[in-house]
Amino acid sequence: MVQSLRKMPLYLIGLVLLIFTGYPFVYMISTSLKDQSTFFERPFAIFTSIEWGNYADVFQMGLTRYFLNSILVSVAAVVAVMLIAALASYPLSRMNFRFNRGLFLLFISGMMLPIHATLIPIFKLSQNMGLYDSLLALLGPYIAFSLPISIFILTQFMQEIPKSLEEAAKIDGCSHFGIFWRIILPMLTPALMTVFIYNFIHLWNEFIFALVLVSSPENMTLPLGLQDFYGEFSVNVPGLMAALTLASLPMLVVYLFSQEKVVKGLTGGAVKG
Amino acid sequence: METAEVTRSSERTKVVRQAKKKNMRKAVTISLFTAPALIVYLVYVIYPILSTLNYSFYSWDGTSDKTFIGLDNYVQLFHDAVFWTSLTNNAWVVITSVFVQIPLGMIMALMLFAPIRGIRLFSSVYFLPFLMSTVAIGLLWVYMFDPINGIINQLINFLGFENVAWLSDENTALIAILLVVVWQFSPFYMILFKAAMVGIGEELYESAEIDGANSWQKFFHITFPLLMPTIVSSSILAIVGSLKAFDIFYIMTGGGPNHATELMGTYMFKQAFINFNMGYASAIAFIMFLIALVVTILIQVVDYNRKKKGAF
Repeated sequence: MVQSLRKMPLYLIGLVLLIFTGYPFVYMISTSLKDQSTFFERPFAIFTSIEWGNYADVFQMGLTRYFLNSILVSVAAVVAVMLIAALASYPLSRMNFRFNRGLFLLFISGMMLPIHATLIPIFKLSQNMGLYDSLLALLGPYIAFSLPISIFILTQFMQEIPKSLEEAAKIDGCSHFGIFWRIILPMLTPALMTVFIYNFIHLWNEFIFALVLVSSPENMTLPLGLQDFYGEFSVNVPGLMAALTLASLPMLVVYLFSQEKVVKGLTGGAVKG
Repeated sequence: METAEVTRSSERTKVVRQAKKKNMRKAVTISLFTAPALIVYLVYVIYPILSTLNYSFYSWDGTSDKTFIGLDNYVQLFHDAVFWTSLTNNAWVVITSVFVQIPLGMIMALMLFAPIRGIRLFSSVYFLPFLMSTVAIGLLWVYMFDPINGIINQLINFLGFENVAWLSDENTALIAILLVVVWQFSPFYMILFKAAMVGIGEELYESAEIDGANSWQKFFHITFPLLMPTIVSSSILAIVGSLKAFDIFYIMTGGGPNHATELMGTYMFKQAFINFNMGYASAIAFIMFLIALVVTILIQVVDYNRKKKGAF
């Protein structure tokens, strides 16, 4: 009895934090299942009415298009980043040359860079290349700004791979590219997984480049589309909550099924091991 | 004798040539491996930064001809009250991140080791906010903060108090957004601290217990000192991240009301893509870059000295 009483404050703190972190989700989902009048009359009610109409509305507004655009551009950019960053990380982590350290620092320093410092020139560049207002306009900046963290994660991982492996391969007459492709890359899978998850989630949520480089609704990614919805749905709160729920769903589902991997991927280079 | 000399020297040139060839091949290999990354990086990172610096010396609306005005943009910026407001607000984001998010993240991580039931549920839910996209978070909280129908005001009403206008009131807007920032990012620091706490050996606590230490003493004499490296690296991430803040402020208030939540990022965006003062916006952007650069160098120097002293 005394034991459980002493634990009361712990339960209390745990519960307060649980409500603080979790309630907004409960509010979002339960509101998305209310009709307009229920929303106004019973704001605190949780899951008392189940009204799927809002979801149908959201799909009619074109949310599917935003989903597809986001998947397309995020996957394309992440796959490109994985390959480009792995290639660059190979000499950076496993070969001695004069500019090694400098080159590494140049790439890594991109992590602290405010995107704003590149925004206007990239905007002009996309116009000059005729890419403005297309998904292709996003691809370049998305790859470039994913490189620093990816190179950071991959070089750290590659340094751990024993040198003896590639020396044996070298004796067998394997070229550097052969070593990279047949020995290093297959061993890199866990690190590449982290790179994939980290960058995919960040690009899936990316906002400012999309805001500046895309203007027509058919080319919008999900975050930009949501913001557009906000203008149209501003009085239909349950409708907007349905859109927000749908937009958050993929991440929540993935998280539910592979918590460990997502947590590790999202914290990227910050947590080792 | 003569022939031997000749052979030796020709052998030497052969070796030199071979070494040169090997070096050449090595250089080619390195270039080929790094070229794709370097090209993308030059086009979308290095060139734009230099270009931003260049634009910042011009008066330019983005389409017609540029007019060179030297440092005028920077002079104007120095006298621009809104810019100073935005700088102060950025500082508030940094302060909140370091002194609210990080301690809260640490408390959340400590809770995950507390001897109570339901830890798995706690840890799963605590992490959720970090998974949601910033735009979705911003919109969700805009409605929760709504002056009339928002759930927060409904609760305030229910408890018998007056409605608060939160985001449309100059006095509360910044606090409201900072609360959301805390909500979004504390889980991230929770994970960092959790990882660090897992690494602390159980035997330390056991021996402390034998010495009769209570929970507080154990925390302040074992856990806290051992978490110091994580606190430092979290602070670095928080400071660097805070200087880049944009999305949530742009979505929730757009920098308003009356610049109460203006950040360098939102102000730069407005000047560039709403007012089309591209030159002036470039000056703001370049100042943002310089601040990030100075902060990074400072952190590196402090970190270097700390490590040299042998601390942690």
